[in-house]
Amino acid sequence: MKVRVNGVEHSLDVDPEMPLLWALRDVLGLTGTKYGCGEALCGACTVHLDGHAVRSCVTPVRRVEGRAVTTIEGLSATTNHPVQLAWLELRVPQCGFCQGGQIMTAAALLAAKPQPTDDDIDAAMVGNLCRCGTYPRIRAAIRKAAGLPEDKP
Amino acid sequence: MIEWVPGVQREFQLSHRSLVARDAPVQPFAMQREIIMAAAISVAGCGGGSPRSTSPPLRAVAANELRAPADFAVIGDRAQRSRALFVEASRVLMHPRCANCHPVGDEPRHDMTMVPHEPPVVRGSYDAGVAGMECQTCHQDRNQQLARVPGAPDWRLAPIELGWVGKSAVEICHLLTDPQRNGRRSLARIVAGGSRDQLIGWGWHPGDDREPAPGTQQQFGALLSAWVETGAACPEESQR
Repeated sequence: MKVRVNGVEHSLDVDPEMPLLWALRDVLGLTGTKYGCGEALCGACTVHLDGHAVRSCVTPVRRVEGRAVTTIEGLSATTNHPVQLAWLELRVPQCGFCQGGQIMTAAALLAAKPQPTDDDIDAAMVGNLCRCGTYPRIRAAIRKAAGLPEDKP
Repeated sequence: MIEWVPGVQREFQLSHRSLVARDAPVQPFAMQREIIMAAAISVAGCGGGSPRSTSPPLRAVAANELRAPADFAVIGDRAQRSRALFVEASRVLMHPRCANCHPVGDEPRHDMTMVPHEPPVVRGSYDAGVAGMECQTCHQDRNQQLARVPGAPDWRLAPIELGWVGKSAVEICHLLTDPQRNGRRSLARIVAGGSRDQLIGWGWHPGDDREPAPGTQQQFGALLSAWVETGAACPEESQR
């Protein structure tokens, strides 16, 4: 099965029903994408499929055949995506476990809506949970990445 | 071939599910609903000034069954028959498995208890969520058996003009038959959608342990078709 991950073509010899998350982590060694709940309820496993945010824990590999997957490792060449830079500057993460998924969802939001309102941000990020409670910093960082006033946490 | 062990994930999910208790008992609701609908059918002859004696009792069916159009042949009056056919079809329209994606506002519901969707997603401009949180971020073209995420082709909310959670069968009927309010949909289009649309068809194949809508999509389509053929009459308020 041909899958393009972070710009590199891979031929995966796996069960088509294997969750993409398993293929990314255990087959391709891309461990930046995390397993949280396994039911698409927490957002820790969020990646991009042809630019759209999807939950890799419930996405069978067959769904991504012939399509382009982007993981947190491939979001930018040198960790310089505007969302990543804002994350670093505002020191958003605490434990960090959910942050790859948070960043991928935020990047998908800004790609589609470069100047989001706070309501847009809340609607996009509502399915990405953070047990450390970094939500105010996440929202501020998204605003910063969009070039908007930060709305200090 | 690299294999994986679904049992591990499944075991985790089962324990997780018990923690969040997403599946409320459904039987009391289903029973209550059937009693309501049986009552609605039994008074089908009361509206419009027609005497009760014109509507003999309809064949009894279980909560998960639909009556066929032929069952309504016992109702001689065409308009009364049409009203009764719609009441029968409304058992599908108002079933939580179908109505959950027909909210009046922007938030879908789920489960037989029709609780607000968790996570709290919103409709978006195209009824398919918003950037970063689209319906298809999680829902795919078929049910995901292990993760229990339901799916069907083009998973999305029903158009907002076809929102009817909280409305009665009478109100839904008037909505469906009013092109000014139903998005300028013809009755033929409504019948065709109800009969053949794959996403609507998911209601009868919801997967996992979800309760399906009563009957089959084919039977539902036949009811809608018969309702239109008999004049698409709407029930009276007293028939709710």
